[in-house]
Amino acid sequence: MDIKEIRRDFPLFQNYPNVAYLDNAATTQRPERVLLAEKRFYEEANANPLRGLYELSQKATDIYEDAREVVRAFIGARSTEEIVFTRNSTESLNLLAYSYGSLLQEGDEIAISVLEHHSNLIPWQQLAKKKRLKLQWIEIDENGRITEDAFRRALSEKTKLVSMTLISNVLGTRNDVKKFARIAHEVGAVFVCDGAQGVPHVPVDVNDLGVDFLAFSGHKMLGPMGIGVLYGRKELLDRMPPFLYGGEMIEYVGKEEATWAELPHKFEAGTVNGAGAAGLAAAIQYYENIGFEKIVKREEELGELTFRTLSEIPHVTILGAKDAASHHGIFSFMVEGVHPHDIAEILSADDVCVRAGHHCAQVLMKELKVNSTARVSIAFYNTEEEIIRLGESIRSLRRRMGYAE
Amino acid sequence: MQNSFYREIINDHNLYPTHKHELGCAGCEHRGINPNCGDDITLKLQMEDGVIKDGAYLGDGCAISQASADIMLDLIIGKRKEEAIRLTDIFLRMIKGEATEDEIEELEEAGALTDVSHMPARVKCAVLAWHTLEQLLHDNAK
Ligand SMILES: Cc1ncc(COP(=O)(O)O)c(C=O)c1O
Repeated sequence: MDIKEIRRDFPLFQNYPNVAYLDNAATTQRPERVLLAEKRFYEEANANPLRGLYELSQKATDIYEDAREVVRAFIGARSTEEIVFTRNSTESLNLLAYSYGSLLQEGDEIAISVLEHHSNLIPWQQLAKKKRLKLQWIEIDENGRITEDAFRRALSEKTKLVSMTLISNVLGTRNDVKKFARIAHEVGAVFVCDGAQGVPHVPVDVNDLGVDFLAFSGHKMLGPMGIGVLYGRKELLDRMPPFLYGGEMIEYVGKEEATWAELPHKFEAGTVNGAGAAGLAAAIQYYENIGFEKIVKREEELGELTFRTLSEIPHVTILGAKDAASHHGIFSFMVEGVHPHDIAEILSADDVCVRAGHHCAQVLMKELKVNSTARVSIAFYNTEEEIIRLGESIRSLRRRMGYAE
Repeated sequence: MQNSFYREIINDHNLYPTHKHELGCAGCEHRGINPNCGDDITLKLQMEDGVIKDGAYLGDGCAISQASADIMLDLIIGKRKEEAIRLTDIFLRMIKGEATEDEIEELEEAGALTDVSHMPARVKCAVLAWHTLEQLLHDNAK
């Protein structure tokens, strides 16, 4: 993999040659072909997809539906009916909590882990409140892992739904979703997987994993902001009521009554994000042109280097697993005596972008007994030189904060 | 906060605070929290005849939030309540980029935080102590 060449594909890196962008878990950068795919949609096919019968609208519809097929193939879904376009993971998960949630009854249980991002936590918490469901928490061990025991403890014969992230956005740990989905099915629960951090960095096949639903965001995988995906098993999507009502999602409408469009349109009310879908398809094709296995391998190597670099710096603690491979490119760390916000600010002065805060995971922060952390998250296009610069900046932190060493 | 002179002032107050300690004062304390980042300070003042006789704070958070509290106490201890309110107003306007040079001069070391007006993400940290002071003095007036 020629990183120099790859970086040339990203206009932002051309514009900011000195910036080390290490906040990829928040959002990635986008290659030019993604930007062009969006532009081309508006320049060459712009009409309202799925509405007009004239040629332009047909073209817009084709691009939109072709993108759906690209997404389907990427995650190994059986049919494009199972691919719903949304705005992002958050919307996908809210759709589920609202729609699948409406099928649940008082006294039913749902289980989520303490690792969850607020997007996969608040929708279920509020659903539980509204419908008097019981919310069960799946705990983690001292390395941030969910053991089979801990998982089983949170389940009962009343569990109707389990929702869990594939990869933690704070600790980088990967949950054994394949095993947990199987166990959830044994008690008759459906399994929802938050793939926001997983889908961009590890190969995902929904049937191999055995998940019933999968949510992810385009912007975390080289695609545009404003396009996301909800995968759902057809039998389940068929049983679920619509999330939003309006245009495009209907079959027949009368004064008193309406019937719903076929899948997946039943869940895509209103004018869709055609250009966004085109951009997401281009992002997936970009991954595939390089080769997803190569990307995974490259990120493993960079992760290894990052882990080693951070581990060697005095006063630095990495949260979570004690081996590089378990981090999937995400490293939350603390520097003794330096608040994470100060870390991020000083690194920013060196043109090194890292995130500081609670990472939308306040429940996990409490569990880890911290208020906030600093976080480095890498992508394949990062360079060894950037990681070395990160290390040097972190090494200088305490001195710059007024400590003797 | 890249101006190293200012950075030093902040570091100094953060690492070697003068006023970060316990202080006995019944009913004249107030806690301020930035829920989003966890900055947390409890401010205590000893008032006598409308004058701030002594003050202290406890808490934890980023350097800016903690240094700001220490610098603020340096400035207001010994001043009348009305004067403290006036200085707080200047400080809050400085952070919005709306205070004049002369006014900032009056803030003494607190003027070191003027750079924060260019750092939207840090505004909450810088103003926490001052908002807490406002609240405390307001409650104290009742
Ligand atoms: C694990 C996880 N879930 C959900 C989300 C929410 O993604 P989005 O903001 O794109 O909806 C994020 C992004 O920060 C995440 O890391």
